[in-house]
Amino acid sequence: MSASPSTASRRGAVWTMLAWTAGVLFVLPVLWMVLTSLHSEQDAATNPPSPGAALTLQGYREFFGAGGGLSPWPPLLNSLTASVMSTLLVLALAVPAAYALSIKPVRKWSDVLFFFLSTKMLPAVAGLLPVYLIAEHLAVLDNVWLLVVLYTSMNLPIAVWMMRSFLSEVPVEILEASAIDGARLPTTLLRIVAPVAMPGIAATALISFIFSWNELLFARVLTGVVAGTAPVFLTSFVTSQGLFLAKVCAAATCISLPVLIAGFAAQDKLVQGLSLGAVK
Amino acid sequence: MSTNATYPLTPTAPLDRAGTARSAGERARAWARRAPLLPALVFTVVVTQLPFVATLVISFMQWNALAPQNRRFTGFTNYQTVVEDPMLRSSVLTTIALTATVVVVSLLLGLGLALLLDRRFRGRGVVRTLLITPFLIVPVASALLWKHAIYNASYGVVNGVLTWVWRLFGSHHAPQPDWISHTPLLAVEVSLIWQWTPFMMLILLAGLQSRQLDAVEAATVDGAGGWQIFRYLTLPHLRRYLELAALLGSVYVVQNFDAVFTITSGGLGTANLPYSIYQTFYQAHDYGQASAEGVVVVIGSIIVATFALRTVSSLLSQEASR
Repeated sequence: MSASPSTASRRGAVWTMLAWTAGVLFVLPVLWMVLTSLHSEQDAATNPPSPGAALTLQGYREFFGAGGGLSPWPPLLNSLTASVMSTLLVLALAVPAAYALSIKPVRKWSDVLFFFLSTKMLPAVAGLLPVYLIAEHLAVLDNVWLLVVLYTSMNLPIAVWMMRSFLSEVPVEILEASAIDGARLPTTLLRIVAPVAMPGIAATALISFIFSWNELLFARVLTGVVAGTAPVFLTSFVTSQGLFLAKVCAAATCISLPVLIAGFAAQDKLVQGLSLGAVK
Repeated sequence: MSTNATYPLTPTAPLDRAGTARSAGERARAWARRAPLLPALVFTVVVTQLPFVATLVISFMQWNALAPQNRRFTGFTNYQTVVEDPMLRSSVLTTIALTATVVVVSLLLGLGLALLLDRRFRGRGVVRTLLITPFLIVPVASALLWKHAIYNASYGVVNGVLTWVWRLFGSHHAPQPDWISHTPLLAVEVSLIWQWTPFMMLILLAGLQSRQLDAVEAATVDGAGGWQIFRYLTLPHLRRYLELAALLGSVYVVQNFDAVFTITSGGLGTANLPYSIYQTFYQAHDYGQASAEGVVVVIGSIIVATFALRTVSSLLSQEASR
C-alpha cells in the first residue's frame, strides 16, 4: 500500500517547498517595511516600486529628530519605563501568587485561578472611562506610573497562569524531603524551586514586556505630551503633507525591534504564554 | 518574604486549651498559605473589578462632560439609545463580522501552516521563525505599514505590483483601486489575519506535537492513508487546541482597537465596539452613553468567556489526569 520511497521523498520535497514559500510570504511585508525604511522618500513612493534604489539612512535620521521633528527618546524612554516597571511589578505579585496556587495550594485554588483568567476576558475598553475619571481626580493623568499600574493589572492574569504552570513542575516530594531534613524555607526556595522557576520567570517577563510595549488605547487616552509612549508617538508620525513613507517605516522598524528581539528570544516559551500555560 | 508574617503568630497561640491552640494554629497556617496570594488578588480586584462597577453605575446616568451640570440618573435611557442607534447596531455587527472572519481564516491558515511545520525538514526552525515574525511587529506599526506602504492607492506596493505586471504585458492602464475606501473592512481583516495566523499556528503546532505517535504508526501499519489519519486521529486530538486557539483569538480580536483606529479611523462602516466606545467617550464626551456601550460589550464578552473558560478548564483537568 505504501508509496515507493522515491515518490515519498518527492512529495516530501513539495511539502518542504510549500513551507518555505509560506514562511517567505508571511515575512514579505516586514522585509518590505525594512527595505522602504532604507530608501529615500522619493524612491519609497514610486509606482511601480523601485526595490533596487540606493540605500540611505535618511529615514532613520529623520526618526531620531534630524529633520527638526520631535525627538523619539522621551516616548521610547516612557515605553521602556512603563514596560520594564510593570513587568517587575507583575513578577513581584505573580510569583508568590503562583506559589500559593501550585506548590502550597490554598483551598479552592482553581477557583482563584479562573477568577484571574476571567478578568482577562473582560474588554479593557469598558473600564477605560472610570479609570480616566479616577486618574483625573487623583491628578495622575499624563503620568507614566499610571500606565505602570494599568499594564500590571493587564498582564498579571497571564503571568499568574504561566508561573503556575511552571511551578507545578517543581517536584513536591523533594520539597517535602528537604522540609523533613530541616532545610529552611529560603534555602528550599533557592535550591529546589528557583532552578525550575527561572526559565518560567524569564518567559513570563518577556511576554509581559511585549504586551506592555505594544499597548496603544490606554496610552493614547491617558497620556499627553509628557508621558506619551512609543506607539502613541508612532501614530503622530503620519503627516498630511509631504512624503513620509520611509520615515514611518523607519519608525515602525525601530519601535518593533525590542519586541522582535524579546519574541525571538522567547520563541520556545511564546506559545505557553499566549495560551496562558494551557499548552506546553 | 510575606510568609515571615506568620512566625510570631504560632508561639502566642493559647496553650492551656489544646483545642483552641490547634484551631488557631490551623487558622494561622491557612493564612500563611493564603498570604503570598493576597497582594496579587487585592491588586487585581481593585484595578480591574472596581472600574467595572463604576461603569455600571455611570451607564444609568445622563452625564456629558460638555454639560456637567445636567448630571443625573436616567434609568435605562442610555441602553435604549444603544439598542436604537443604527450606528451602534452596525458597530455590533461589524465587531461580530470582523472577529469571526479574522478568527476563522487565521485558524484555517494556522492549521495548514502547523501541519506543514509538523514534519522534519531542512530549515524548519528558520521557517518557524519567519512565520512568527508578523506577530512580533508592534500592532500600530503593522497597521501603519499596511495602510501606507501596502494599500495606498498611489504608492502602495499592491498597486505598484499591478502596474509592474501590466507593463510586463505592454499595458499602461493597470487598475489602481483605492483598497481602503473600496474594501475597508477587508483591508482591516487582511492585516489582522496576517498578525493572528502565527498565534493560531503556534498553539496548533504545540497540539500536534503533543500527539501520541504510536497510534499514528499503528494506523500506518494497518494501511491507513494520510487523509484518514488526519481525519480520524489528528483532528479529534486537535479539537481542544482548535477550540482554545479560536476562543483566545476571539477574546483578543474582539478588543481590537489599533488596526481599526489606524487604518480606517473607524470610517466606512469599520467602527467596531471598542472604537465606538472610544469615540463616544473621547470625542463626544458622552460618559453615560459610553458606559452603557461598555456594559453591552462586557455582557457579550462574558458569553464568549464562559465557553473559553470551560475549554481551558478541560485542558487543565486533562493535564492533571496525565
